[in-house]
Amino acid sequence: MDGWTKACQEPSPLPSSPPPPPRPALGQAQAEVEETLKRIQSHKGVIGTMVVNAEGIPIRTTLDNSTTVQYAGLLHQLTMKTKSTVRDIDPQNDLTFLRIRSKKHEIMVAPDKEYLLIVIQNPCE
Amino acid sequence: MLPASAKIPLKQLHRQSICIVRGNRKKDEESGTDVVEGTDEWNHSKAAVRPPDQLELTDAELKEEFTRILTANNPHAPQNIVRYNFKEGTYKLIGFVDQLAVHYTQAGNLIPKDSDEGRRQHYRAELAAGSQESAKLIISEENLEEDEEPKELEAEAGSQTDVPAAGAVEKVTEEEMMTPKQPKELKLTNQFNFSDRASQTLNNPLRDRECQMEPPPRTNFSATANQWEIYDAYIEELKKQEKTKEKEKTKTPVAKKAGKMATRKLTSMESQSDDITKVSQAAKIVERMVNQNTYDDVAQDFKYYEEAADEFRDQEGTLLPLWKFQNDKAKRLAVTALCWNPKYRDLFAVGHGSYDFMKQSRGMLLLYSMKNPSFPEYIFSSESGIMCLDIHVDHPYLVVVGHYDGNVAIYNLKKPHSQPSFRSSAKSGKHTDPVWQVKWQKDDMDQNLNFFSVSSDGRIVSWTLVKSELVHTDVIKLKVEGSTTEVSEGLQLHTVGCGTAFDFHKEIDYMFLVGTEEGKIYKCSKSYSSQFLDTYDAHNMAVDAVSWNPYHTKVFMSCSSDWTVKIWDHTIKTPMFIYDLNSAVSDVAWAPYSSTVFAAVTTDGKAHVFDLVINKYEAICKQPVVAKKKNKITHVQFNPIHPIIIVGDDRGHITCLKLSPNLRKMPKEKKGQEVQKGPAVEIAKLDKLLNLVREVKTKT
Repeated sequence: MDGWTKACQEPSPLPSSPPPPPRPALGQAQAEVEETLKRIQSHKGVIGTMVVNAEGIPIRTTLDNSTTVQYAGLLHQLTMKTKSTVRDIDPQNDLTFLRIRSKKHEIMVAPDKEYLLIVIQNPCE
Repeated sequence: MLPASAKIPLKQLHRQSICIVRGNRKKDEESGTDVVEGTDEWNHSKAAVRPPDQLELTDAELKEEFTRILTANNPHAPQNIVRYNFKEGTYKLIGFVDQLAVHYTQAGNLIPKDSDEGRRQHYRAELAAGSQESAKLIISEENLEEDEEPKELEAEAGSQTDVPAAGAVEKVTEEEMMTPKQPKELKLTNQFNFSDRASQTLNNPLRDRECQMEPPPRTNFSATANQWEIYDAYIEELKKQEKTKEKEKTKTPVAKKAGKMATRKLTSMESQSDDITKVSQAAKIVERMVNQNTYDDVAQDFKYYEEAADEFRDQEGTLLPLWKFQNDKAKRLAVTALCWNPKYRDLFAVGHGSYDFMKQSRGMLLLYSMKNPSFPEYIFSSESGIMCLDIHVDHPYLVVVGHYDGNVAIYNLKKPHSQPSFRSSAKSGKHTDPVWQVKWQKDDMDQNLNFFSVSSDGRIVSWTLVKSELVHTDVIKLKVEGSTTEVSEGLQLHTVGCGTAFDFHKEIDYMFLVGTEEGKIYKCSKSYSSQFLDTYDAHNMAVDAVSWNPYHTKVFMSCSSDWTVKIWDHTIKTPMFIYDLNSAVSDVAWAPYSSTVFAAVTTDGKAHVFDLVINKYEAICKQPVVAKKKNKITHVQFNPIHPIIIVGDDRGHITCLKLSPNLRKMPKEKKGQEVQKGPAVEIAKLDKLLNLVREVKTKT
């Protein structure tokens, strides 16, 4: 809930300008991820990708602002709940991936240590 | 309080005190003392009081001396008292015993008369007796005084002759001074000397002192502890403890240094890593998911689809195209090598280069996973084209490649950078011509990794990885004429043979086959560098591949650009089977599931699958598998477990194809007979076929 409200309060949580050029030390790794994300986005049927931080604040997105905030807030909550459920059943277990298949889309959530990567795809396209 | 005898005259006081001590005999003695005076009077009186039952003793008895030593020790006092000594923590004997023996005590109320208190009491008693009489006297005297005062004044004014009268008056006044105190002293609450003294001291006034300070910062904290949160906390704590233990253990300077380096690296990584790199793992997974969604039908086909038409076809089978792999970076680069990963069955390596002598450029090493057909998992690029590669069986992350420029290199997939971990150089004995095939060998006696390479410069080189260095040894040098020892007649320019392919025997470690550009196949041994074990005049053109049968240890297969595929028994110099495929055969591969199944690919874009058991004259599947007719297929490989093959063409495309059921048909089940499986059956199957041929050969 916190993340949700915060995201709303943030004047502009989404970076409007492209990210700064990668630093030379980690440039390669960053470029690689950057490229992967680009590939995902350009893949057939992919509607949007977004990266959400631990508080549920979107960091980057390919969708418009309001949709992103909505998706980020709700999916963050859902993922946290799911994770909690999985861990409650067995503390040694952990959530690695969350797929939601709906009539229109498939929403894929990949929780990493600090971020959530959310991809919305239309698989029937 | 004194007894009644207190009233006796003062001069008798001394005797009186004695009387008190003597107790009941007092009265007798009083009378006695009055009567008798002197020193002998004592003895005399003593004799008089002899008790009637006294013993009569003789003089001698009387004079007898009894020595009795009197000590101050109490005979009844215990001598063995111990007490616990807390200081020393032991029981200790107490040396000092109370020697005082009390035989008789009585609380008395008698006071010695001549003591201070006695005198005071005496005085008081006197006063009390006199007070009643003097009370009247005082009153009258007071009246008198009032009358007398003016008289006194007169007398003083008149003359002072009347001194005694004045003295008397003074005496009276002294008495007056004493009398007012009397009633107070009578009220004594205690019969003993009792004094009650009280004084009021000044009470310090109470004072309040206060000051206002800033309240300490407060925050509200609330949380719920789940089971897993508690678990996490424990795990973290355990890790911390282990870390500290390890730190204590590894205090050797080298280890410390290494650890420091590692941590420094880590911290630098952490501090520098930007937001986005942290989702790299997630991004990878998502990419595969997205691909899975789009290629869902292909994945379903791969797993479940079996060509239904096969049942109606007698023997022939088909190849169902599944995924196509290609990459922009490897565009226009021919697929020069294919190799499945021995551990991860969905991963394969592709070498890109060029077979065209005129169009040599760069090379690429790509590793694709079937889970992500759209993009390779690993990308390595090199300056020179890659001609061949092999993945180590025990270390599936080590890929050895041979380059067009004659170099060999080892790529480590675990290393993030795109440069090879090891690389040969001109100094370290690289080949002078393209390396056509590389193959990992079993670790040598010192557990060093080693591999072989064959090149058109005629050398077969064994490379050993000794402490991050590639050490080379020439195993064999190929000569055009079968034997290396043979002296060439006259002057021959091309004395060097050109190796193009080799394969190592599955069971006999030292034996291997080498195919050459001249079309000959040599059977060699690692231990004889000067001589070949055997020579086969196999083909009319360059041998493109040689391969031992995975089951039958005697059988191998070769293919060549002279359009033929030949199957050999290595003990017989002539081929067992010859197949003409109407086009240059660029690669052949045995199927891993059957001893009689193999696939061959030709430059006209067709794949041929043979099953010798079903048809030993023709391929049971002949199918064009590339998009455009122009594309030449360069390589083919069977997946070790799945019924699929991958073929690569000279445009850099790789196609994955599924073998239809007819192509992997197993011997039919007969009623009441168990289906036999295993390598022995496979060997028997092939042997049966070969025997037919052998018989024919012996007849002719």
